[in-house]
Amino acid sequence: MNDRKDLSKRDDDRFADSGGDHRSLAGRHRLDRIFVRFCQATAMLSVVILAVMLVTIFSQGLRGFSWQFLTSSASADPSDAGIGPALFGSMWVCGVCALTSLPIGIATAIFLEEFKPRARLMRWFHSFIQLNISNLAGVPSVVYGIIGLTAFANMFGMFGDPNQPTFEIGAHYYDQYVSKGNRILLIPAENAGSPVPELKTGLVAYTSKGEPVKINVIGRGEETPKDKAIRAVTLKWNDEGGRIIENEWYYFRFPLGRGVLTGGLTLMLVILPIIIIASQESLRAVPYSLREGSLGMGATQWQTVQNVTLPSAIPGIMTGAILAMSRAIGEAAPVLIICGIVYIGSNPSSLMDSFSVMPLQIFDWAQQPSDDFHAVAATGIIVLLSVLLSFNACAVYIRNRTQKPLT
Amino acid sequence: MLPQRVSIPPNSLSNKPVVGDADSKPDFPTAIDIDCFRAFYGSYQALHDISLAIPENRVTALIGPSGCGKTTLLRWINRMNDIVPTARAEGKMSLGELNVLAKSTDVVDLRRRVGIVFQKPNPFPKSIYDNVAYGPRLHLRMSRTELDELVEWSLRKAAVWDEVKDRLRKPALGLSGGQQQRVCIARTIATGPRVLLMDEPCSALDPISTSSIEDLIYELREQYTIVIVTHNMQQASRVSDMCAFFYQGRVIEFGTTDQIFTRPDQKQTEDYVTGKFG
Repeated sequence: MNDRKDLSKRDDDRFADSGGDHRSLAGRHRLDRIFVRFCQATAMLSVVILAVMLVTIFSQGLRGFSWQFLTSSASADPSDAGIGPALFGSMWVCGVCALTSLPIGIATAIFLEEFKPRARLMRWFHSFIQLNISNLAGVPSVVYGIIGLTAFANMFGMFGDPNQPTFEIGAHYYDQYVSKGNRILLIPAENAGSPVPELKTGLVAYTSKGEPVKINVIGRGEETPKDKAIRAVTLKWNDEGGRIIENEWYYFRFPLGRGVLTGGLTLMLVILPIIIIASQESLRAVPYSLREGSLGMGATQWQTVQNVTLPSAIPGIMTGAILAMSRAIGEAAPVLIICGIVYIGSNPSSLMDSFSVMPLQIFDWAQQPSDDFHAVAATGIIVLLSVLLSFNACAVYIRNRTQKPLT
Repeated sequence: MLPQRVSIPPNSLSNKPVVGDADSKPDFPTAIDIDCFRAFYGSYQALHDISLAIPENRVTALIGPSGCGKTTLLRWINRMNDIVPTARAEGKMSLGELNVLAKSTDVVDLRRRVGIVFQKPNPFPKSIYDNVAYGPRLHLRMSRTELDELVEWSLRKAAVWDEVKDRLRKPALGLSGGQQQRVCIARTIATGPRVLLMDEPCSALDPISTSSIEDLIYELREQYTIVIVTHNMQQASRVSDMCAFFYQGRVIEFGTTDQIFTRPDQKQTEDYVTGKFG
């Protein structure tokens, strides 16, 4: 009421006909149009960038694109080079990454959103976890590579050297020799670090076809046998073999070493915060009244999560998860630390196998001096982009398909 | 005094077995006994020493201006306030032999016996059938036919069967607000509660839906003890047998609806029911 009194009669006169000079109406409209044009231009910028990128990549790389490129492995000859092992490596790593990060991420999000504790200490603990996750989301991915190397590949040295694992199943070690008849002979060995057995006639070895044979050893100054069959199993007393490993598909070891599993778990670390935060947001978007409705009928908290909250949140969670997966596929830095750039000639066949991924392979090609390899890199980028875009298309499809009104 | 509406369910006021006007104490058994009940949110005390004896198989209305603690009391009766991190309560509240506020009380079992209907219809994003079958599926193992029968019984009880019987498998969210609310009531009674709590069940509904829900409440009181929070005094006078007037966290007056609306003892009650404030 008091404020009203302070308004003087003079001001009433001044403002009654909206005093002051009028700003030009035409000028305001012009500014309006300029602003709209400016916004349109900035929005078009992203389209232009994408178009330029696609045109560059396709003009360079489309020539080299063929079925053979998808299946064959890297090569010193640009015209033979293919992305096969890297493509499969990416799939393996992403498979591991998805299978580990989804359950852990969604369960963490459910814990943080749906099971908020009442006790003060636990509430503090809860917000502490939340703070940590937000911080983890900001950690550069190369740092996760280091963590993956120490925590997974070497396991903090708890199980010894990764090349001589303390615990392993599904591995067979052999010493590989080349006989006088130029045949490969494999003599079984205990493990990666066991001493090489002394060569003696009668020792059992395996041929490259897997047949057991008894070897024949010739001493110093002895003649090489003439018989071809005997020569094939004959070794000299001082021949040196190389220790090799043959894995079953279920090969597993501690420490994990620089294999597919380590790569997948490291990428899991990278995308876990993203999945947790996306899942939390979609859980938070479920109206509280639905939870109350369920709890009010005597549902336990888990029954509520299982029957009401989670089904409503799943579309959002899936979208977030798929976007996180496409991040994992495109990630090069942590994988570079885990496995480095090495020549990988075949697709991984067990979780411990060494591997390469598409971004690394592309990086390797792009850093070659020859222009031919740059074209190969562009072809690799086409494959990578197609995989990424199909992931995103999946996310959009799932979102459109499953999103229902919640209230 | 408030003129009584003509559209009142015919017997709701005249035929009440309530009585003893002088002390306005009802002569039927107590379903929920509340004694010296205090409720807090953090350090803020929302309810001060509430004592009410809520009668069995009657409709008890809690009326009063916003923020006076009606909903708080209602949500404590089936411990819905357990989910509010800062909420706590003291005093006595018992449901028959069961001490509602005891730590050892299993809220899952309590909420099955004391159902609640919320202000805004909140059907799950599932089919009508699945909405009503939700509660039974939580608590019971039933055959399909038993479940079908129970769903039909609940929907009939909630006076919505005729409108939804041909679209049981359609999403409940496709129904109108009033139908949704009746499906929510069906959903609540399907778990077999003895007590129904209603938190302003009609405030989000149009007058026609409101009147159908009011008719429903009137019918349901034969089997259920109903506690209803309402801002609408006409509604309280139409549907309730007993009425408690809340003001600033205290019960100012508790008596038969007839008495509260026609011969209130307290000045504040009279002012409120006649519309002088609130």
